[in-house]
Amino acid sequence: MLSLERRATDSRTMQWASPLLALVLTVITALGLFMALGKDPVEGLKFFFLIPLSDAHGWAELGLKMAPLLLCAAGLTICYRAKLWNIGAEGHFLMGALWASVVALQLSEHSGFWVLPAVLLGGALAGALWAWIAAVLKTHFHCNEILTTIMLNYIALNLLLYSVHGPLKDPMGFGFPQSEMFAAAALLPKLIPDTRLHIGLLFALLAAVVVGVLFTRTFIGFQLKVLGQDNRAAAFAGFGARRLTWLAFLLAGAMAGLAGASEVSGPIGQLVPQVSPGYGYTAIIVVFLGRMQALGIVLASALLALTFMGGEMLQIAMNLPRAITGLFQGLLLFYLLTCDAFIHYRLRLRSPAPNKAQVA
Amino acid sequence: MLAAERLKLQNIVKQYPGCRANDGVQLTVTAGEIHALLGENGAGKSTLMKIIYGVIQPDEGSLTWNGRPLVLQGPAHARELGIGMVFQHFSLFETLTVAENIALSLPAAQARNRSRLDARIREVSAHYGMALEPRRYVNTLSIGERQRVEIVRCLIQESSLLILDEPTSVLTPQEVEVLFRTLRQLSSEGCSILFISHKLQEVRDLCHRATVLRQGKVTGECRPAEVSTDEIARMMVGNDTPLSTQVSPAEPGETLLSLNELSYISRDPFGTSLDKINMQLRAGEIVGIAGVAGNGQDELLRALSGEVRVVDSSLQLGGVAIGRRDAAQRRRLGIAVVPEERLGRGAVPAMSLAENTLLTAYDRDLVKRGLLKGGKIREYATRIRELFGVRCSGIDSPAASLSGGNLQKFIIGREALQQPRLLVASHPTWGVDVGSAVAIHEALVALRDQGAAVLLISEDLDELYQLCNRMGAICSGHLSPLVPTAELSIERLGQWMAGDFPKDAAESDNKGPAHAIA
Amino acid sequence: MDTLLITNIMAATVIAGTPLLLAALGELVCERSGVLNLGQEGMMLMGAVIGFIAAVTSGSLTVGVVAAIVAGILMSMLFALMAITLAANQYAAGLALTIFGTGLSAFIGSGHVGRSITGFPKIAIPYLSDIPVIGKVLFHQDLLVYLSLLLFVLVFVFLRYSRGGLIVRAIGESPEAANANGMRVLTVRYLAVAFGGAMAGLAGAYLSLAYTPMWTENMTSGRGWIALALVVFATWKPERVLLGAYLFGAASILHLVLQGLGWRSSTELLAMLPYLVTIVVLVLLSWNPARTQLNTPLSIGQPYRPSK
Repeated sequence: MLSLERRATDSRTMQWASPLLALVLTVITALGLFMALGKDPVEGLKFFFLIPLSDAHGWAELGLKMAPLLLCAAGLTICYRAKLWNIGAEGHFLMGALWASVVALQLSEHSGFWVLPAVLLGGALAGALWAWIAAVLKTHFHCNEILTTIMLNYIALNLLLYSVHGPLKDPMGFGFPQSEMFAAAALLPKLIPDTRLHIGLLFALLAAVVVGVLFTRTFIGFQLKVLGQDNRAAAFAGFGARRLTWLAFLLAGAMAGLAGASEVSGPIGQLVPQVSPGYGYTAIIVVFLGRMQALGIVLASALLALTFMGGEMLQIAMNLPRAITGLFQGLLLFYLLTCDAFIHYRLRLRSPAPNKAQVA
Repeated sequence: MLAAERLKLQNIVKQYPGCRANDGVQLTVTAGEIHALLGENGAGKSTLMKIIYGVIQPDEGSLTWNGRPLVLQGPAHARELGIGMVFQHFSLFETLTVAENIALSLPAAQARNRSRLDARIREVSAHYGMALEPRRYVNTLSIGERQRVEIVRCLIQESSLLILDEPTSVLTPQEVEVLFRTLRQLSSEGCSILFISHKLQEVRDLCHRATVLRQGKVTGECRPAEVSTDEIARMMVGNDTPLSTQVSPAEPGETLLSLNELSYISRDPFGTSLDKINMQLRAGEIVGIAGVAGNGQDELLRALSGEVRVVDSSLQLGGVAIGRRDAAQRRRLGIAVVPEERLGRGAVPAMSLAENTLLTAYDRDLVKRGLLKGGKIREYATRIRELFGVRCSGIDSPAASLSGGNLQKFIIGREALQQPRLLVASHPTWGVDVGSAVAIHEALVALRDQGAAVLLISEDLDELYQLCNRMGAICSGHLSPLVPTAELSIERLGQWMAGDFPKDAAESDNKGPAHAIA
Repeated sequence: MDTLLITNIMAATVIAGTPLLLAALGELVCERSGVLNLGQEGMMLMGAVIGFIAAVTSGSLTVGVVAAIVAGILMSMLFALMAITLAANQYAAGLALTIFGTGLSAFIGSGHVGRSITGFPKIAIPYLSDIPVIGKVLFHQDLLVYLSLLLFVLVFVFLRYSRGGLIVRAIGESPEAANANGMRVLTVRYLAVAFGGAMAGLAGAYLSLAYTPMWTENMTSGRGWIALALVVFATWKPERVLLGAYLFGAASILHLVLQGLGWRSSTELLAMLPYLVTIVVLVLLSWNPARTQLNTPLSIGQPYRPSK
């Protein structure tokens, strides 16, 4: 019978093979799902993975969707490596989008190169502040950050909906819940002309680099790692948990807030209710899939951006429900956690009689 | 007349990845015999014991119980047969009552009638001189009382073999006497006792026969009373390890650290508060604090290391008030700490030795403008490894892969190389093999001779008597007077460990032998 | 305010609090055994969608409820496999369950969005429902509300008085000590997780078959998370879960009450109330860490790897 046996040391190969294995398993399940639904599995895979990237326009879209995911994931990585389970990226994102919009609309009469930075800064600060609430609740009131950040996500969403139905509603918008379009000065410049890809992608890549350097070369990064792996050792070493917690949350909030600001001042150009298709939550998957490493989250964010595009494609081309994206993403995370177990354990075939103690 | 064989182990083998914990072990315990199982930490005693109790299965070999072959299906089965186990780190549930704990280890049918169980608990515990109140919650009991619960639990199940794992390490000398009386009574009633220990003098006082383990193999059997402790120690460690270190007398200098009415209210509901502790520590001396675990040692350590803050003036280093400074600041002032938990406080288990060096030595030119100096860190770690004889597969190996002794040598070395003015060490040789323990003692003495003040908090009275020039005890957060070691008898120390000393002595410190001790 | 209004509000509070009560009772037992399952939302949504579809297809509400319970158990077993057998990070595994359950339920239910059925009718208990105020509040509710109250009593008795409850509590405190005492830690934890899954599925079924008898994506709106907060709020005691569930239930219908009183405000702002209340309650209760420390099952959230 099969049993799990603890390895003497963690398997290095599995640490990198696990995400790939998880991807393969997800694809196999997807094939099975397509067949069960009476659709051609090969067609399904083609539409999901290949067609979206079949032209330059597609690659630009990939970069476009990758940017917010990567930015959010970079911030979350800082938190998760310190074992601060910040689930609030979605909320930081929405608050960033909201306040960036507020700034953009306030400055609609102005032009000049300082408008855009002000918009982006507004978003980043709003995100950081929103995250800081959860940080304070944790450090000074001992509230579990998972619960507080999730509650803050729902509150942020409702604030956004309220704004877009109320104070920020475009008076000439035919009653639709949306804000006015932003003036050109408040819009992000494009990275590749004639596509929707804007410089937000550069921010995201820069954030990934920052995270990489933080954890490999800096003392603060070391302190965060110690806090995450062994908080008693951190206290013993004098690494202030409060200070580090605030730092991690503020950075995560600022990055996700910047992502939100980039989204409204980039591809959308205004504030709408559906500003996030769940980027904040998908970013969590990016972090785990990317092994909480800079290079890993870059690759993982590209993959998960592809799942968004693939899902849309399947909806259009094969009439499958849009929820298929969420399904595949969840499945991916599940398989990843299962495969991760094999970093610590190996499968063993055991004979049915484990006790070989014999008659004396 | 030959006594009946109760338990017989033959050729027991148990293999773990990378380690052969038990290698062809033979052991025989007769009815009514008190049998010692000796060996230093890591010799394989715990593994053997878990096999006897049914928690794990041997890979090879056989067990015989009262003449019949035995295949254990688990601890419940072992209990049914009459094998009772008293664990070193107790297996009691603190948030449940004494009766509930005992009920859990009995078959459901016997535990159903709660009042009958209560009565039985009172009856059995009184009979053996270890009175217990069944309705009390375990977290309100002292360590000695908790051990009683473990023993009474076995007695209620009518054990005919009682296994005790290092039972005296958490007891005061007086409590040890009470325990031994109970064990002798049980032995005379026909109960066999397997006594696992590394305390040779106690084994000689109590046990009829002994089996010695080293690195998983049996290296000797004897009647302890007829053999010297040195000979037994040789069987335990082989011939090339020094058994102890020679300690030259101390030459204390001026006062370095002083605690003035240091108090701390513990926020932990299960912790101990410190109450007006007064103490002076001089450069060039080793002061020892004895005490049973759970009497404020950890809180005292935290107050000194900076993990908790106290009233500023209640703690002074070289005349400067430091009570409100945090751990990092204190380290910069020259205070080094070796905590009780090696893995999970003193070192991060998954991180390498090089990274763990950075944990406390970061001020030793290892960080510049926030960036890590990788080369310097590795150099420092290598120096620790070489100077302190740390056996490991390189400074990149994770801390968790080192044996207890080697990790402890690393940690002591890391702190010692920072040339601290004050070193506070808590239970530094707990769970450490003899060779490493000797090296650690030598390191502490060397630090002392360099002019540092060393505070040694330990449960190991031998260690304290050997190394310290002054000693005292801590009980329930109160510190006893500190007197020169030569003037402190073990009986007196035992009384102090139990709390029998004046709590509000005006002058609780004696600097020289001129004072008469009452 | 007249008695009729108070009675109606209280009755609505009970109804609103029931899914929270069910989910929280399940998670309570699970956490008492030392396992923290963050997958409530996912399990509840699966219970809701499967229960709904089963009820619609079979024409029977009972079949729907049973199917929902089974769905909840199956989902929780996925979590149990990762968190217990594979000893993975419990937080990550629970989050995975939520994300997966949310996605899967949206997918399965995509063909049924907006459909509605006749939900559970209110059943008046003879004589008892005639008592003024209390009668309408407690004894004139649907079957699942009565079930929730019965389950509350069962969980209470189980944890406090039964040997099984003693074992669960012991394992929650220290799986190592429990293992040394011969208790089957993994089996008991699996059962506890399964119970949590069953209750979450039942809570989901309540939403789609009684509360608002229809299916929409994400119809739990964070109730699973509130249930988790509720268990902390109740310091792992069933009687406090009951109190807390109705308290949060009240918060979630507060905006209806206020609107009924003529308070003019935007729907979205008022919809924030339950989440704000949750945060406030969490703050009030977590302020003093000693209180939580005394009551938290000591081994909660930590993976347990039995040594062989």
